[in-house]
Amino acid sequence: MRLSVNNLACERGGRRIFEGVSFTLQAGEALVITGRNGAGKSTLLELLAGRLHPASGKILWEGAGERTLSESLHYVGHRDALKSALTAQENLDFARDFLGNPALSARGALEAVGLAHAARLPVGYLSAGQRHRVALARLLVAHRPLWLLDEPTSALDTTSQETLRELLENHRAQGGMIAATTHSPLFLSAPKEIRIERAQASLSHQGDGE
Amino acid sequence: MIRSFRALLIRDLKLAARVGGSGVMGLIFFLMIVTLIPFALGPDLNLLSRIGPAILWIAALLATLIGLDRLFQADQEDGSLDILRLSPAPLELIVLAKVVAYWLTTALPLAIATPLFGLLVALSPEGMLAMVATLLVGTPALTFIGAVGAALTASLRRGGLILAILVLPFMIPTLIFGVSAANAAVGGTVPFATPFLILVALSLIAAVVGTVGAAAALRSGE
Repeated sequence: MRLSVNNLACERGGRRIFEGVSFTLQAGEALVITGRNGAGKSTLLELLAGRLHPASGKILWEGAGERTLSESLHYVGHRDALKSALTAQENLDFARDFLGNPALSARGALEAVGLAHAARLPVGYLSAGQRHRVALARLLVAHRPLWLLDEPTSALDTTSQETLRELLENHRAQGGMIAATTHSPLFLSAPKEIRIERAQASLSHQGDGE
Repeated sequence: MIRSFRALLIRDLKLAARVGGSGVMGLIFFLMIVTLIPFALGPDLNLLSRIGPAILWIAALLATLIGLDRLFQADQEDGSLDILRLSPAPLELIVLAKVVAYWLTTALPLAIATPLFGLLVALSPEGMLAMVATLLVGTPALTFIGAVGAALTASLRRGGLILAILVLPFMIPTLIFGVSAANAAVGGTVPFATPFLILVALSLIAAVVGTVGAAAALRSGE
């Protein structure tokens, strides 16, 4: 499996956010996307997740058989996509049935992120870090090769960050791919790195000759 | 694909049943409107039973409308819509699951409760039966038409009012044939089947156009 992104550009509200973004991602590789606030890191992930459409450039997804890119990826964004009125277990059961290719059971996934005790609590009662961990548990209930993670360590304590790192390395060891935006280091082994710069910034860069 | 459909349907039914769900609210709103109108018109039973079907239909239409703005907006706000896009099932099927769940929790209780509310507007027993039948086959049209508006306004704050302005004109044919079928059942020159079958046709057309339209609106939403 191979994800190749070629010369991608994105516009939102008539403004060019970034352009000329290219990278490839093979099975077992991880991509760390860095950049300043507002540079378009999350936007890049949203383009890959199919939520936004690129202004130009190509996203190619090869070697996954009949499964399209959107059927082969998990997306964990800033909004955790959890229903507050449902329990953690019900949220994960839904994701497991809905996304197809079931992997771990909801309870098993919650155990993996250290939240087995909260399985029966409505998600609305959980703290920000716990909610985020339930959202991360969604990665484990359905088997999908590409994980798109937007600031995966936000709101996590050091223990949970370590658990997350192990989950990510396990996923890579099984031939999965990861693309994550981050400000703090993820301590992944040998990740690819890409830095997103604002389009205007790079233009003025050329103009001023800085 | 069927698994995804069923999972989403069950999730939405559960959500409607939990605190803050829209299921019971629509029914109470329906009751409020139907109760208010006899107070405004006065105790003229003949007048009430003559305009009863119209009152019930308008109440049902408004009750369908009040929860509709949350149909996709709630999923948009908490990010669930991003997950729904990742499904192996096409977006049309996802819209269908959400609309079916919405209809089951909002419109179906209205249709079932109509005989009770019919008492308040002095409907005859045949009139009540006809009301139940017309609401059962007519409200799917309202929900599907509304779903297109809900998908268009999913990312707008306070989209409820815009939604109502957008979809109400398209609900007029359903209202006309729903009321005329209910009236035809209690007397009049037109046989019941004529407007009733047009109502069925409207629902079927709305089911196709509404599903495809709402899915298209969600795709281009950003």
